[in-house]
Amino acid sequence: MSNTLSKLEKRTAYTLVLPAVLLVFAIVLFPIFANIWISFKDIELKDIRIPEPRAKKIVKSISDDGSELKVIYKLRNSSLIQEIRNVKFQDKFPKNISLLNLDPRCNFKSKKIICDFGNWEAKYKENFEIILKNINGEKIEKEIIKSQKPILSGKSDNPLVTTNFTLENFKKVFYENNFVELLLTTFYFTFFGTVGAIIFGILAAQLVNQNIQGRSYMRGILLFPYVGPVVALAYTWTLLLDPNSGTLNALLVNFNIIESPINLLGQKYITISVLGFDFKLRLALTTVIFFEIWRYFPLAFLFILARLQAIPKSLYEAAEVDGASPVKKFIHITLPQITAIISILFMIRFIWNFNKFEDIFLLTGGASGTRTLPINVYQQGFAVSDIGMGSAVSIVIVMLLLAFMIIYFKLIGKKANEI
Amino acid sequence: MKFKSITIFLVISSFFLTCILSIWKIMSTLQGLNFTNLNITGVFFNGIILSLLFVLIGNRINHLIKIFSLSLLFSFSYFYFNETSPYWYKFGVFLIILFFTNKLKKYNTKSLTEDFISEKIIFDFITLFGIVFFAFVILFPFYIMLVTSFKTQIALLVNPLDFSLDFSKSLTELFKSYFVIFETYNFSRYILISSAVSIGTVIVTLLFAIPAAYAVARLNFFGKNFLSTSILIIYMFPAIVLVIPLYTVFSQLGLRNSIFGLLIVYTATTLPVAIYMLQGYFKSIPKEIEDAGIMDGQNWFGIILKIIIPLSLPAISSVALYVFMIAWNEFLFSLMFLDNPKSFTLSRAIQYLSGDAETPRQYLMAGSVIVTLPVLFIFIYFEKYLVSGLTSGSVKG
Repeated sequence: MSNTLSKLEKRTAYTLVLPAVLLVFAIVLFPIFANIWISFKDIELKDIRIPEPRAKKIVKSISDDGSELKVIYKLRNSSLIQEIRNVKFQDKFPKNISLLNLDPRCNFKSKKIICDFGNWEAKYKENFEIILKNINGEKIEKEIIKSQKPILSGKSDNPLVTTNFTLENFKKVFYENNFVELLLTTFYFTFFGTVGAIIFGILAAQLVNQNIQGRSYMRGILLFPYVGPVVALAYTWTLLLDPNSGTLNALLVNFNIIESPINLLGQKYITISVLGFDFKLRLALTTVIFFEIWRYFPLAFLFILARLQAIPKSLYEAAEVDGASPVKKFIHITLPQITAIISILFMIRFIWNFNKFEDIFLLTGGASGTRTLPINVYQQGFAVSDIGMGSAVSIVIVMLLLAFMIIYFKLIGKKANEI
Repeated sequence: MKFKSITIFLVISSFFLTCILSIWKIMSTLQGLNFTNLNITGVFFNGIILSLLFVLIGNRINHLIKIFSLSLLFSFSYFYFNETSPYWYKFGVFLIILFFTNKLKKYNTKSLTEDFISEKIIFDFITLFGIVFFAFVILFPFYIMLVTSFKTQIALLVNPLDFSLDFSKSLTELFKSYFVIFETYNFSRYILISSAVSIGTVIVTLLFAIPAAYAVARLNFFGKNFLSTSILIIYMFPAIVLVIPLYTVFSQLGLRNSIFGLLIVYTATTLPVAIYMLQGYFKSIPKEIEDAGIMDGQNWFGIILKIIIPLSLPAISSVALYVFMIAWNEFLFSLMFLDNPKSFTLSRAIQYLSGDAETPRQYLMAGSVIVTLPVLFIFIYFEKYLVSGLTSGSVKG
């Protein structure tokens, strides 16, 4: 009895879970593995269309009474690089029509013309003409002929499923792609974006956790950048920071803080002199990191605030009795209570920042020294149209992510379960 | 000791006053007032004298009379040293000083001798300063977005600091950018597509996620633990690595430029979060209620429909709101999959608009306002639900 029940339970469970699992598998897991496949292939954006035989039909009347028509089929291979084998062609005509010329490749039988065009090489083009005549000498309706579409078929290789592989893509990723700088930029962006977001998150949480009026409004407002659509926010920032008539530069110039506008998003380096030493700062990258912090510190803030509110008040009261200063209270009570959540936040934000594409893409498009790995996936795959190369960069990202995750679970996985 | 704490008090409080007055000045400059000097040192010394007087007067006179007379006095001295300005600006300055002196209420010569008073002063004013700072930094871009949409490109090029709204103009004139993006740039269509995709994603996600979450929460089956950990791991995986394979497959299947294709991808990427959030809630429903359902001869379908769903409506609606917001804000996939303006979502449409350097910025900002408003409204209206959901480990960004 219980055996059949548990069998039933299992079957029910699988029916309930299966649709979701299949969908996630198809859209999320399959592409990760497909990346491996594509990354070993020399394949470009234009290759992914499967070659098709195409025909454009043009109808002209060539006799005065309209009983004779010339039909021109502009035949072509849609692919510029691949051949199509065994092309078959077929078209239908109304009754009482005969053909005045018949190509040796074709047959005309019971109102149908069927042709066997053999193989078409890449870029193949041909104007294929036939002349129709009505047997009874009546007018042939051009529109009827025109509305009938020819059917073509042919065999061609899907370049995605062929089995010729190459290591070229990975060689290019590591040797021709400025890989070290790419990696460094990605790490700068990820690390400083993460640390900044957490620091601002702690500050904001500390503020909101005090007894102030309008606390819940403040909490709501602080989350605005996080819930707003990235497109709108990024373009607002671009407008704010624009060197020509952007608000920030105009304000700074107006109050004589700077002499001439700074192109915060379009300048790779800025030289800052401190005590006679010149420092070169990655300007555009720094600006993008600030946007990143602005947009994502609310998440850190929210998690830390939730943790702060769970700290028992009695701890602070006891410290008060012992005569601890506010700084000491923060260091000895608050900080130990939030280290666990901070380490989790650090990892989550680190992984997500590492994969951040939209923000940088919308702000700079990856120009002026803001090219990170995800941006590179897009640039290789769609700007340079080298799909294989883009996939290879994706694989590098996945590998690094796996490494982070293993470190994460080794180091703080246990702590995460305690919360 | 006392000297040190008074010095800290004076410096910190007037620093705070200087900051708010500067922000007020900046905001007023953006209304077209012609200020060219923040006059930080002047305001700072004014603030020191103000705080000093405040502490020296102490409780000798009534608090209200004290703050009003001090504010008036200092507003006048402020205007004596600053540029001429309209009355609303002066009134604002007066209110700020009034607010500031009111904040000083708890400080007097006596309280400045307490233990750790300098740290307390610093904490106090840093809190105030922090709130003003965060509110300003967060809201400023939103403010610029909104006011830019009411201006014209030419007006902004002539004076990039004048964001004042001309209310003498007719409403159609004021909202011109909005009319233009709806009429010329077809935004009503994009709103429709965005809504259809987002609402569709919510429905499909819930259809798939509720049964799956129920199974994970309640039933025993082989691979359950594996499934629940892989949900989290999949959630961590980035969209950018999915893009190329999905692009190639969707191209070959003809799913690019189709709302259906977008819907599938959004559903699949939000499913892990939805299942994770829902199963947590389902576990908290007492099992006895279901047992009663089983006694009545309900099968799993009946149990989910008649017991689980009605009991977990709050959780389901917060998941629904999240999925809606994620789908509405999504940009990467809409950038990759849509290149025909007929099937653009709002985000993609705005990005497309910006691609043309000729597009006046007020249209771009009007579009941004349109895409931002719905999410902000949903967020403000359902904040409590959403915040509890956020902390339970959801929304990715």
